[in-house]
Amino acid sequence: MDCYTANWNPLGDSAFYRKYELYSMDWDLKEELRDCLVAAAPYGGPIALLRNPWRKEKAASVRPVLEIYSASGMPLASLLWKSGPVVSLGWSAEEELLCVQEDGVVLVYGLHGDFRRHFSMGNEVLQNRVLDARIFHTEFGSGVAILTGAHRFTLSANVGDLKLRRMPEVPGLQSAPSCWTTLCQDRVAHILLAVGPDLYLLDHAACSSVTPPGLAPGVSSFLQMAVSFTYRHLALFTDTGYIWMGTTSLKEKLCEFNCNIRAPPKQMVWCSRPRSKERAVVVAWERRLMVVGDAPESIQYKQLTIQVLLDRLVLRRLYPLAIQICEYLRLPEVQGVSRILAHWACYKVQQKDVSDEDVARAINQKLGDTPGVSYSDIAARAYGCGRTELAIKLLEYEPRSGEQVPLLLKMKRSKLALSKAIESGDTDLVFTVLLHLKNELNRGDFFMTLRNQPMALSLYRQFCKYQELETLKDLYNQDDNHQELGSFHIRASYAAEERIEGRVAALQTAADAFYKAKNEFAAKATEDQMRLLRLQRRLEDELGGRFLDLSLHDTVTTLILGGHNKRAEQLARDFRIPDKRLWWLKLTALADLEDWEELEKFSKSKKSPIGYLPFVEICMKQHNKYEAKKYTSRVGPEQKVKALLLVGDVAQAADVAIEHRNEAELSLVLSHCTGATDGATADKIQRARAQAQKK
Amino acid sequence: MAAHLSYGRVNLNVLREAVRRELREFLDKCAGSKAIVWDEYLTGPFGLIAQYSLLKEHEVEKMFTLKGSRLPAADVKNIIFFVRPRLELMDIIAENVLSEDRRGPARDFHILFVPRRSLLCEQRLKDLGVLGSFIHREEYSLDLIPFDGDLLSMESEGAFKQVANMMIRMKREFTGSQNSIFPVFDNLLLLDRNVDLLTPLATQLTYEGLIDEIYGIQNSYVKLPPEKFAPKKQGDGGKDLPTEAKKLQLNSAEELYAEIRDKNFNAVGSVLSKKAKVISAAFEERHNAKTVGEIKQFVSQLPHMQAARGSLANHTSIAELIKDVTTSEDFFDKLTVEQEFMSGIDTDKVNSYVEECIAQKHPLIKVLRLVCLQSVCNSGLKQKVLDYYKREILQTYGYEHILTLHNLEKAGLLKPQLGGRNNYPTIRKTLRLWMDDVNEQNPTDISYVYSGYAPLSVRLAQLLSRPGWRSIEEVLRILPGPHFEERQPLPTGLQKKRQPGENRITLIFFLGGVTFAEIAALRFLSQLEDGGTEYVIATTKLMNGASWIESLMEKPF
Repeated sequence: MDCYTANWNPLGDSAFYRKYELYSMDWDLKEELRDCLVAAAPYGGPIALLRNPWRKEKAASVRPVLEIYSASGMPLASLLWKSGPVVSLGWSAEEELLCVQEDGVVLVYGLHGDFRRHFSMGNEVLQNRVLDARIFHTEFGSGVAILTGAHRFTLSANVGDLKLRRMPEVPGLQSAPSCWTTLCQDRVAHILLAVGPDLYLLDHAACSSVTPPGLAPGVSSFLQMAVSFTYRHLALFTDTGYIWMGTTSLKEKLCEFNCNIRAPPKQMVWCSRPRSKERAVVVAWERRLMVVGDAPESIQYKQLTIQVLLDRLVLRRLYPLAIQICEYLRLPEVQGVSRILAHWACYKVQQKDVSDEDVARAINQKLGDTPGVSYSDIAARAYGCGRTELAIKLLEYEPRSGEQVPLLLKMKRSKLALSKAIESGDTDLVFTVLLHLKNELNRGDFFMTLRNQPMALSLYRQFCKYQELETLKDLYNQDDNHQELGSFHIRASYAAEERIEGRVAALQTAADAFYKAKNEFAAKATEDQMRLLRLQRRLEDELGGRFLDLSLHDTVTTLILGGHNKRAEQLARDFRIPDKRLWWLKLTALADLEDWEELEKFSKSKKSPIGYLPFVEICMKQHNKYEAKKYTSRVGPEQKVKALLLVGDVAQAADVAIEHRNEAELSLVLSHCTGATDGATADKIQRARAQAQKK
Repeated sequence: MAAHLSYGRVNLNVLREAVRRELREFLDKCAGSKAIVWDEYLTGPFGLIAQYSLLKEHEVEKMFTLKGSRLPAADVKNIIFFVRPRLELMDIIAENVLSEDRRGPARDFHILFVPRRSLLCEQRLKDLGVLGSFIHREEYSLDLIPFDGDLLSMESEGAFKQVANMMIRMKREFTGSQNSIFPVFDNLLLLDRNVDLLTPLATQLTYEGLIDEIYGIQNSYVKLPPEKFAPKKQGDGGKDLPTEAKKLQLNSAEELYAEIRDKNFNAVGSVLSKKAKVISAAFEERHNAKTVGEIKQFVSQLPHMQAARGSLANHTSIAELIKDVTTSEDFFDKLTVEQEFMSGIDTDKVNSYVEECIAQKHPLIKVLRLVCLQSVCNSGLKQKVLDYYKREILQTYGYEHILTLHNLEKAGLLKPQLGGRNNYPTIRKTLRLWMDDVNEQNPTDISYVYSGYAPLSVRLAQLLSRPGWRSIEEVLRILPGPHFEERQPLPTGLQKKRQPGENRITLIFFLGGVTFAEIAALRFLSQLEDGGTEYVIATTKLMNGASWIESLMEKPF
């Protein structure tokens, strides 16, 4: 039996270490790694090698080779690099390989070497070239940070949702920093860089100088820095051969160590096992490896969730295994099986040797109506592989019509997109398709398409009402919608036209439209308005003052108030104002003028069509009891009591009520008997009531 | 803070908490100090969700109203626009952003679309060259805002005609992503306002309804004339009368208001005087408190008693204000005419009161409301009557209102009677819309909310729950719009076992608005002991006849 401690070696006084091989790499490397750009994905993911990078002098004719291996060295892909010079490689959290070129273009590959997409880090980067680049991981995803030839930093914290940030300038920075790294604190990405003896922290807004607490003196340059995977810890290696370890916030020092080696290390990284309390930094030189450690607080991470594990299996196309895991763990379908099936389908559409029909059928057979499966995502993938017909077939299985629209638009099937958008009931989506169609089709075809889609047409009308008035008119014209055309021109007569002639002309067009719409009432009313406008214009010229845009009623009132009774009469006759309203109008105007003489004359001009109670009321409203009393005798019997009460003649009101033998009137009068002198009246009413009851 | 939301059978406070959480999460995404630029329309609804203190906790330092040209100066890292997805607002935002770029330090811009992100708006921002300026563009689905324990409103002016179809389709689309949620509601009743154009036109006669009719309730707040709320001190002689409107929040968190809000106004006075006696008796108790223990007990109740006294004083003042209106002669005349129309008297000829209102140039909204009511109660007006009213309105109020009249006709509120047939009497009789023996004090039927008229919408809901719509198929055919019922099958595991005596819960969704009187009528039904159904009410907008007509009015200048 072997001794358990046989292969453990002492490290210092109280610690031991051992070395053993987990597995041997399967790869068959012909050249040394030192000539390659190397990137290993986190969590035992794939390893990418780019051979023959440009920094080495080589014949330009030899193209470099990009190779991808699994963590155990199994070859996954190998391809000739045909693009520009690459500065840096890195893996995203989704196991996509990001290759940063010198011109700031980033090419993205899948782990099987399949090209996915590319994007640029911006013009500034293109002009000044990339000096150095880092791929880093944040909780939002994976980011890219770039140091340009102009010694400026540009970064994107999430390449999945690319937003470029140009970081502030570092004052006085003339050459590249001796070392730098990205940090992620409070969900924001920062850059820490070293220039000579100084450290600077760059955030979006500012560049600030920072000092690590307890840093040994005498440092004139920082040679290396390393941040732990969780961004909690930082290690600095100085030109004095001194290592400082602390928190990234630079608020706390964990430990320091003097290794007495002044040569710059090739590499320095934090290392620690997930469940270990030990935190250590490994520093590597050409022929030496050093582990510097301490034992700080215990924090455990469970970074690799089951979701990520499943993603990894899917990426490696191990679909059946992934499904079995889901079933074993009883994951909900949406998170588990259906997601994996969707991935499988996306892979399936890339099989170019199978016909569109067969692929679509195979996918539908397997997926059916599995909840949570997005057929539109699968269709998008099919379209991405150039299989438009397959994409359309797959979209037919998508139950959410709204989801079908963007892809249909992309595939230039705008009319189909329109009907799907309408089906979805999402007005915003309909508008989007409509504007697409409008740019795509000529006006005639566009209108024709609308005509067959009533809902789209009515939405487009609403849009035009606010955004494109002229188009609205064209639409009404096309539909022979004369009623709306009429309204359109009425609006124009107020909004678009200033001069009277223009306004009248717009109204004439409106009236014509109303006739065509067989809306005689509106047509006549419009013609009346034209007449009124012209007349108001004349009144303004002849009498001064403001008449335009007053209603007919107010025009007549204004005339009376201005003492132009004759003109008022004429206008009322011309426009056939009903007698009753005219009496109200005059009554109100004359009372406003307090022209009591004229009011009395008016009241006697003929029998009032509105009775005489309004005369009493309006005089009392102007607090003129004297004038009010003149009319009480002429008020009809039904309203007489009310009139008498209004002028405060309680006694006479009582007499009339008694005469009428009307119980309601009697109580009304009684409720007005509040004054000291009303006692007799109240008694009188009570007596009358009593008498009425006897009978 | 929002305890009144959790009183109901369905805890709506959960909704409020969810939207608050979503808001906090969004604010935290924009790290650092912030200024919010508000689409003014949103401030009211947001007030029901979050106070300024919540925003402040998340580093919101400044708030502005969205308007053209430059933003006011603010030393903040983030500028966040809270807007509805409207094109005209995008133009203003672009103007803000473009003028901002030319000066000062760079800021981060963000947009929060309420309640939906819009491709159309983003396209507009792109066309204006500013889309790239925004770091976060997100949506905040504040669509159903909890107003009370049983009331949700979208507070949006949009029309939602095809909502029913959409809901059925959405159900299909979303199954799977949420199939394990226990159903809260037994029934969903969608009512399009078009089915019942009548009810909002009538003057509401409940306490809350009248407050809304007279002063207008906005996002659960009402502004009242301050005179009646002045602290009564002797010898002041009317000096220092407050001039600013008194603003009060009205919801069921206030015990007294919860008790009287849904009563017919004529039944409110007696409750208030009874309350006054109880409260003064409670205060008198202090004389009886002899032992230290008794005094302690009394003191511990003081805050509650003082709150009750304050609440009573407020509502007594409001009731006085309302009474001044309801006892006026004109209010009485108007109500008489409304009730005549609704009970089917003289709806086919020109009404002399309406004529007089026009001649005296009463507010146009009042006139239109009456004319529309007459039209609806007569299945449209005779052409001659209609033309007479229209001509009178145009001559008196101005020709430009021809556009408003046209809008009312399009909405079906005003129309000529077709085929000389008046269907309203059939509807009225079958659905018992007019009840002569109404009891305002101790109601036995929903008709108490309009002192005689039973709101058609609520009657439909009542009949659906018992005995079912099959009994009124004739009338349903006459009412506008198709009707349909759809049963949603539930997985067996999710079927609820109802306790004996436990009521069903119906979510009733009013598309196109609901009035406070209708809400009161539904609450009345919920409280009926043998009713069997409790209602939670949702709507696109809380409305009344005036706000409705106003939304259809068009002023070209």
